[in-house]
Amino acid sequence: MPDKNDLLLDSVSEALEDLADYIAEKFEGFAVAVSFQQDQLCVVVPRENLVKVMTALRDDKEINMHQLIDVTAVDFPDRAKRFEVVYHLLSVRHNHRVRVKVLVNDDELVPSMVELFSSAGWFEREVFDMYGIYFEDHPDLRRILTDYGFEGHPQRKDFPLTGYKEVRYDETQKRVVYEPVKLTQDFRKFDNLSPWEGMVDVMLPGDEKATKPEHGYRGENKGK
Amino acid sequence: MADVISKSHCENLEMANETQIRPFTMNFGPQHPAAHGVLRLVLEMEGEIVERADPHIGLLHRGTEKLIEHKTYTQALPYFDRLDYVAPMNQEHAFALAVEKLLRISVPKRGQYVRVLFCEIGRILNHILNITTFALDVGAITPALWGFEEREKGMEFYERVCGARLHANYFRPGGVSQDLPEGLLEDIEQWCKDLPAFLKDLDNLLTANRVFKQRTVDVGVVSREEALDWGFSGPMLRGSGIAWDLRKSQPYDSYEEFDFDVPVGKTGDCYARYLIRMEEMNQSISIMEQAIEKLRKTDGPVMVNDYKVAPPPRGEMKSSMEALIHHFKLFTEGYHVPAGEAYVPVEAPKGEFGVYLVADGTNRPYRCHIRAPGFAHLQAFDYMSKGHQLADAVAIIGSLDIVFGEIDR
Repeated sequence: MPDKNDLLLDSVSEALEDLADYIAEKFEGFAVAVSFQQDQLCVVVPRENLVKVMTALRDDKEINMHQLIDVTAVDFPDRAKRFEVVYHLLSVRHNHRVRVKVLVNDDELVPSMVELFSSAGWFEREVFDMYGIYFEDHPDLRRILTDYGFEGHPQRKDFPLTGYKEVRYDETQKRVVYEPVKLTQDFRKFDNLSPWEGMVDVMLPGDEKATKPEHGYRGENKGK
Repeated sequence: MADVISKSHCENLEMANETQIRPFTMNFGPQHPAAHGVLRLVLEMEGEIVERADPHIGLLHRGTEKLIEHKTYTQALPYFDRLDYVAPMNQEHAFALAVEKLLRISVPKRGQYVRVLFCEIGRILNHILNITTFALDVGAITPALWGFEEREKGMEFYERVCGARLHANYFRPGGVSQDLPEGLLEDIEQWCKDLPAFLKDLDNLLTANRVFKQRTVDVGVVSREEALDWGFSGPMLRGSGIAWDLRKSQPYDSYEEFDFDVPVGKTGDCYARYLIRMEEMNQSISIMEQAIEKLRKTDGPVMVNDYKVAPPPRGEMKSSMEALIHHFKLFTEGYHVPAGEAYVPVEAPKGEFGVYLVADGTNRPYRCHIRAPGFAHLQAFDYMSKGHQLADAVAIIGSLDIVFGEIDR
């Protein structure tokens, strides 16, 4: 059953709640987890059931997710399963969206969706390029956005923002040369986090007297 | 001597007769005026017919998504102007809406109407550019010469409202950065009155033009099923006969209050997509007129009245210490967005432009993925151009409405 602990539960339309119930029921044997993120429906699917679930989501008359709008990934280096591969599906007929997620490690293969949705071809190439996640049975899994001969996967959290290589045109050799990135000073990242708002999880002496904000920004009655 | 010459001549002729047209590979771009940017196409040709097209993209890849992870939400916004630089504010809109969704704030009515007004200006800017350059690709020069003049007027409105013709940074999470200056509404209204005459001229030049029709009708046909399968959106999807517009079906920012029609094509070819873009401009004018009416009736702020998200007014900062602190904190630390994730799409002129935002409770996005419509459309180019002539491939690229700022990100 969907996890309905969200603050904005009332904004979830009835149709979408029905859809969530329907999906939870239909995929009972597939170990899927259905939840709401605000008013958006999210289904977490184990890797081995992904093809079955996606096929059913596309072909079931009640769901009819005909369009794979987007595929992307999120990197959480600290987790046991490092990557979340995120699929966004859209049903033009029923006007619904569903987010499907698969949790994988960097040595695990994700089944490719190209057979089901042609649009997956480039989306998965991009995820492969940016994160180094391999898609099983993808007909053409090449890099797409990075340079020819690029090494590494730039969207991973451990890939530095500045990269490793820089290019310039060499006047003597009459060609573009690749060199290691040279920084005149070390790369610095200031998070600017301050006790003003940032230290919400830290208890200082006296804090117990005040009501603590739930997490960060709350919206109303502040700073007017 | 003469015998020898004639003999070798005969041999040459024989060889020429035996030479078959072999498939060959052709490189198109990355610097080609009809590639609409830095697109490198590797075309496998069978004579004049395209057998397979392999678009090489990424020549304009700047790592926008990675950069956004290292910026505060306020600093991340201007990157969206640089994606589809033909209609900058429509991109900002998606990011602003995504942040608002996570912050759980809503924009004051007046702010919403201002956004609608400028989104539609952006749509007209985009469609004028697309149609005129599309026409240029297939041999008509006049539309581009006329169109850019009208386009410049639209960009002047951008400039008047935020100071920049292109990199607007005008839509902010919580509203828009400032209210409309005096007289702008009247001038936009005048433009709305003048524009139909230009569109009529454009229509006269192209719609019934024999050459234009020969180059576009039945070229790059996409069926309904295939349009869905390839993840098409916007005019590309509507051109194939699917009545789908996010402004109607999943309205955001008061679009539900506006009365407009969604043109839908029947044939799914380049010509249908052209017709849809033409009609969408007329509908945009109508939406703009309605927005102007509503703006006249709606007073009030254009930004949420919450100094944790929106900067306080200049005047207040001169006298209030609290306001000064808020201003300082907003532009150094930025605001914190509660942990969560959201995918927010908008109907950008090119199709569904979506932002998938993952927030971890700090002042920076943990992940910001940008779903660009052109990326999905260009992907289908191989399928669309198969079996067409090389010149048709150029027409198809024109009708795809691609801009590499958003495709390469």
